[in-house]
Amino acid sequence: MPDLQHELRSYIVENYLFGQGDGFRDGDSFWELGLMDSTGVLELISYLEERYAISLESSEIVPENLDSIEKLTHFVSRKVEDSNASSGGTLATDRPGASQ
Amino acid sequence: MNPVAISPLDALTINPARETEWISTRIAEIVFGEFKRKGAVIGVSGGIDSSVVAFLCARALGKDRVLVLFTPEADSSPDSLRLGRLVADSLGVTHAVEDISGILRAAGCYERRDNAIRLVVPEYGEGYKSKIVLPNVTEAREYAIFSVVVQSPDGQIKKVRLTAKAYLGILAATNFKQRTRKMMEYHYADLLQYAVAGTPNRLEYDLGFFVKNGDGAADFKPIAHLYKSQVYQLAEYLGVPEEIRRRVPTTDTYSLEQSQEEFYFSLPLEKMDFCLYGKNSGLPAADTAEAAGLTQEQVERVYRMIESTRKATRYLRSNPILVNMKGDLE
Repeated sequence: MPDLQHELRSYIVENYLFGQGDGFRDGDSFWELGLMDSTGVLELISYLEERYAISLESSEIVPENLDSIEKLTHFVSRKVEDSNASSGGTLATDRPGASQ
Repeated sequence: MNPVAISPLDALTINPARETEWISTRIAEIVFGEFKRKGAVIGVSGGIDSSVVAFLCARALGKDRVLVLFTPEADSSPDSLRLGRLVADSLGVTHAVEDISGILRAAGCYERRDNAIRLVVPEYGEGYKSKIVLPNVTEAREYAIFSVVVQSPDGQIKKVRLTAKAYLGILAATNFKQRTRKMMEYHYADLLQYAVAGTPNRLEYDLGFFVKNGDGAADFKPIAHLYKSQVYQLAEYLGVPEEIRRRVPTTDTYSLEQSQEEFYFSLPLEKMDFCLYGKNSGLPAADTAEAAGLTQEQVERVYRMIESTRKATRYLRSNPILVNMKGDLE
């Protein structure tokens, strides 16, 4: 989980803050900071689906799941667990081939 | 309670005669006085905004100093050209028709768009039609993100959520249309020593509902301060044909009929007017909700959408920024 949170933070800082993450906290709202517009949300969804081999339902594309590093971490962690439970496989985040 | 607060309904009601007089005076001052141009070119789509601008320019500059330009392409509704001609005939102004399909084809507009759609709908091809849509902002619990709606040749309709790559691919391809139209408008402006009139209303201008260097480009924008409902009031006063006033505003960009609210505002335009006015005037959501026929929670959601959209589209409204503003550069 700390690794996942760190990885998600790196992605957000690199892609939405252009590497300027000082002062940005893991609980900060992307929406309130004006970090993401609708295209930014689409980019985030594409990244999560490809990187963690998960599929997001429309009902899951809500601020409760995606609006901060902390929320993202909980959401992705749960989705990956669900996905692995149903497939009996290993964590997508642990797979060496999981790509960006 | 604020004793000087005016209800959105009252605030959006204008005196069309006075507004027309004021705008017409300004158009003449800008075109003749500031720009020293001999008239105006207006790209007319058969929609309410461009029609009103054509009527205003004819009144301000004289009908002999106005050229209305029609730029149909392969996906245009035939109604657009027909209603555009109706505007030209009503005003008795010169018009020109430039079918831009060939330019768009040469630029790969349709091919690039179709390739982008195929990223999420692999079977998309010959005979298919499409449009992109947003969920209604007041009903959707989730983020407002785009989906593509496709119709197969046998009439089957399918809606698929877009990926970022597909969305940007469709957008970048279809934006050729607005930029090509603007290129044609400036061709005629150069030819006649005219200025180009832009046709955005306040909703479009404020929320970035335009293509940068496409329909967003112009020498003057005479109705950019008017809410959509005010444009309709002006249209009635100016005598814009009723069929145009009754037409549902469309983007006329996609092969499937697409309303403006589906594409961008995701809220009926009259409700969006109230919400934008409420937001701009600092009205509490509860007051706006009553006028707009929405709940307070829905208006709060729209207020947040307006704020985030403004931030996201700031780049579109920005003029080129000089790195060094010192010195005698204008």
